Amino acid sequence: MLQAGEWAYSETLKEHFMNPKNILQGENTDDFDGVGMEGNLQCGDQMMVVIKVDKEKDVITDCQWKTYGCASAIASTSVLSEMVKGRTLDAAFHISPKEVALELGGLPDHKIHCSVLGDKALRAAINNYYTRNGQEDKVKQEQVKVICQCMNITDHDIEDAVLEGARTYFELQERTKCGTVCGQCKDESEALLEKYKHIHFGA
Amino acid sequence: MAYMKVYFDHNATTPLHPEVKKEMIAGMEMFGNPSSMHAYGREARANVEDARRKVADFIGAHENEIIFVGSGSEANNTVLSLFVCSSSQCIPGSRRSTIITTKIEHPCVLETSECLAHRGVRVKYLDVDRYGKVDLDQLAGMLGDDVGLVSVMMANNEIGTLQDIGAITKMVHESGAYMHTDAVQAVGKVPVDVRDLGVDFLTISAHKIYGPKGVGALFVKQGIPYCPLIRGGHQERGRRAGTENTLGILGMARAVEMRMIEMPEEEERLLHLKQVLRQGIEERIDDISINGHPTDALASTLNVSFTGVEGEAILLYLDLEGIAVSTGSACASGSLDPSHVLLATGVDAELAHGSIRFSMGRQTSMQEVEYLLNVLPPIIKRIRNMSTAYIKGGLHAASR
Repeated sequence: MLQAGEWAYSETLKEHFMNPKNILQGENTDDFDGVGMEGNLQCGDQMMVVIKVDKEKDVITDCQWKTYGCASAIASTSVLSEMVKGRTLDAAFHISPKEVALELGGLPDHKIHCSVLGDKALRAAINNYYTRNGQEDKVKQEQVKVICQCMNITDHDIEDAVLEGARTYFELQERTKCGTVCGQCKDESEALLEKYKHIHFGA
Repeated sequence: MAYMKVYFDHNATTPLHPEVKKEMIAGMEMFGNPSSMHAYGREARANVEDARRKVADFIGAHENEIIFVGSGSEANNTVLSLFVCSSSQCIPGSRRSTIITTKIEHPCVLETSECLAHRGVRVKYLDVDRYGKVDLDQLAGMLGDDVGLVSVMMANNEIGTLQDIGAITKMVHESGAYMHTDAVQAVGKVPVDVRDLGVDFLTISAHKIYGPKGVGALFVKQGIPYCPLIRGGHQERGRRAGTENTLGILGMARAVEMRMIEMPEEEERLLHLKQVLRQGIEERIDDISINGHPTDALASTLNVSFTGVEGEAILLYLDLEGIAVSTGSACASGSLDPSHVLLATGVDAELAHGSIRFSMGRQTSMQEVEYLLNVLPPIIKRIRNMSTAYIKGGLHAASR
């Protein structure tokens, strides 16, 4: 008979959960150059990322965080805070959830969405730094594009649906109601479905 | 305090009672098919029928009214599925095609109901109050000559709240409908007598009361129309096809016997432990709330919400300390919504994500409760220290 099995998570993730790195102590963020927060408590995940920046080189020198969420949310913010140190703002801005998941030694499919907020919060912190330092021109907004006009479904909604488990157009429709009225957006939605499946799950 | 392995998840399942284990080990030699006429078969038959009498006795039923099934879920599926048949000779008849159930049932009732709704059955869901009690006025308003079946669970698995099944059954019968109760979490923990309750159908599961997994029983009152879910055999008087799980049935009967002996003195002990646990948590941890009914609830079950922390994180940190609990958080379930039971009682989604169910059993000791009370506060403190929920004002705005 087998003994207590392994966790649903990798050893790396378990280590970051048991001993999270770079937790922001207390509430004071005055010493930091950029602050970003994403998610909300009602949905079960919220993350705040704060960064210190070497203003000469545009390099992140410190990154701390707070997270409200499950083990994979905690571990992915912890691992992210280690990954960004020493990176340029531009390089850090382009860290994808998939890279975070890889760094953690993989995440179960239904947990991918827990790790997405970390890099979103990081991007918010970087944008916050630009704003504070008179570099508004560098602020990169998260582009939102309405795909399904009838139901007002955006590319972000489609990405979220993929992260939450939609793998086929039918499942996407079940989750978002996208394309359930006139159906004109079917091609574009399907292309995005494939794109996000590829980005997040390598499928 | 030294590391202990502590099981606070008895509502999920229970360890085999040593007596059950003994009975089942002895019974492993018995392999005959109860349907066979030879000595092997007759031995198995005798044991299955003996078990049936014991289970019937335990809930005040007649042995003919007990059908052995594979699980509580199967029993619940069977009862609800009585209502999709459109044959005029069939049970509820075509006129009474509405089912009433509650928003806090086990998924095996809720999902079967949803499926029935797709197949033309009308399903209505009763609300519950903040303690998880069914709204009897609402039930009165829903009952009518279109209602064929009402299904209300006796004790809730997540918050432990008990319903007044006797009173509900009376109302249901007055309206001419049949009454089912999923008593999986109640039988063996509180006295259950089918005659006192008056119900037509009642579901029991063995593994919640120190019996084996994979076996349960459905009580169907004599004379109540019935139709099998699993067909193709004469077993269980043609009411449930499939060769009987003889070993499981043997174990279930022994589990029930042991409950008869141990249950009466257990409740007071568990109530005391629950009170200590509850008070300990209230005294040592700020910003918590207790879910479920304060008095009309299982003595074994305490459900607590911790503000600002997510349940799966608590569960896994406790697991590292040897303590097993369960949570109503979405993250632990693989879905995106937190506990449907807590949401139905009006608990805020955030607090539902931060809910932990402690469910105790016959072996839970004061020492284990004290261990939990020592381990839990630093874990909550630690998670709160890393939680955004405890940042006060302003920051959110600063990042925009």
